[in-house]
Amino acid sequence: MTSPWLVVGTVPNETVGLSEGICALESGQLRVGGNPALPVRRGTPALLAACCAATVTLGIPTPVALIAGDAGRGEGSKRAYAHLAAQLLALAPRGITFHYLFPDLAGHDRVFLTAQTLSKTPLLVADAGFMYAAKMSGQARDYDLFTPDAGELAFLADELAPHPFYTRGFLLAEDAQIMDLARRAWETGGAARHLLVKGETDLVLRQSQCLHTISGPRTPAMEAIGGTGDTLTGMVTALLMAGWAIPVACATAALANRLLGELTAPTPATAVAELIGHIPEALRRAIDANARTLLR
Amino acid sequence: MKLPFGRITTTQSQASGERGVMAFEHTAEVIRAEAALKTAGFAVRVMGPPPEMRSGCDMVVEFPLVHEPAARRVLAEVGIRPMAVAPVRAGMLAPVSLYRTTDFGDWLMVRAANMKITVEKTSGRIVNISGGGCPDVPALAEMLVGRTLAESPAPAEHGQTLCSYALELAFQEARRVLEAGK
Repeated sequence: MTSPWLVVGTVPNETVGLSEGICALESGQLRVGGNPALPVRRGTPALLAACCAATVTLGIPTPVALIAGDAGRGEGSKRAYAHLAAQLLALAPRGITFHYLFPDLAGHDRVFLTAQTLSKTPLLVADAGFMYAAKMSGQARDYDLFTPDAGELAFLADELAPHPFYTRGFLLAEDAQIMDLARRAWETGGAARHLLVKGETDLVLRQSQCLHTISGPRTPAMEAIGGTGDTLTGMVTALLMAGWAIPVACATAALANRLLGELTAPTPATAVAELIGHIPEALRRAIDANARTLLR
Repeated sequence: MKLPFGRITTTQSQASGERGVMAFEHTAEVIRAEAALKTAGFAVRVMGPPPEMRSGCDMVVEFPLVHEPAARRVLAEVGIRPMAVAPVRAGMLAPVSLYRTTDFGDWLMVRAANMKITVEKTSGRIVNISGGGCPDVPALAEMLVGRTLAESPAPAEHGQTLCSYALELAFQEARRVLEAGK
């Protein structure tokens, strides 16, 4: 039996305890194991919903999720870190996508060090709060993929910044600065081996070398919609689960996320849940397009 | 409570000597402490802690150290007790203070640090919140989206993390921009 792919994150409801299980997308809601269905508005449920939709398109099983209720106090995240550190060896996932978790350095280090003791180190993907902790830990180079936006890339490039809120000088980084920031992030140990930088043009980098650029189609309203970064990370995760190489998975997911904008013609007031139903079509088109270019 | 010596300006506090930092158990307490001290007339700033005090999603309140007893009294009145107080040393980081505003026609998006808030211009209704990575961002989004800037609670009232503090800045800037446009 193939070992599972694990997605770890939170939901903004502290009455939800720890939930672990195989995910399913049912009538637009997310179910984790036998637990009550969760609404898909943004954050980790949006990532998982996008991942589930993409796995169906790819004909592969859905991921296993570990979800904690945490509205920001960090208690739910703490339980998730402790559970992971205790159960990771038994679960032995082949990949882990870390998402909205309270950026707690001690919690990060326990999980990271446990992952290093597995007989086969899982592929490690980090986004959102856990990416902040991974950068601060000084272990970023041992991660396979981070998915920052341009501002978060500036944070990764600032070796002193503990959080994007304190990034010196260049948090509102323009795309022209991206390559400089990526190089600095890699050289100062703030970047994972691969970066998928989300912006007006999406970039796929390996050790600060640009492998792919994806600049169209453009739908400016997508930047305002909370959760569009989550759908992107969800689709990348699904493609990695299907065995795709990291650069091609990133480029394909980035194109699919842009095609979501084209297919749905959203306004800045659109909710991300309205996009998720279009993921199968967007992903199919992106795979077809990339088969003619990247995969040849 | 108002201080007997009146409002301290930045210039005065610098002249009066060393600055100090107060660390708190939760970021939410930092936000409340900043508000209480500002209301009492202290010249305070929320800053990134020096490296030896960092544990993750941190911030501290920088204040004029000479007024520590008065500052502690102000905080005690609102039920807040700092975990630690220390003089400012090297390595303090200033928060991001730049905003970027994007005009989408009927909607306006304001970005502060890593957080973005989008509002409908005519009604002031918050239609989307994006960015950030801390777990209170989805919680705040559920609380704010659909409400107007006028009727919505400020993110600082319920936020717990640095992302919520950035959202508070974006929220206040959106209010200022819409008000200025009337």
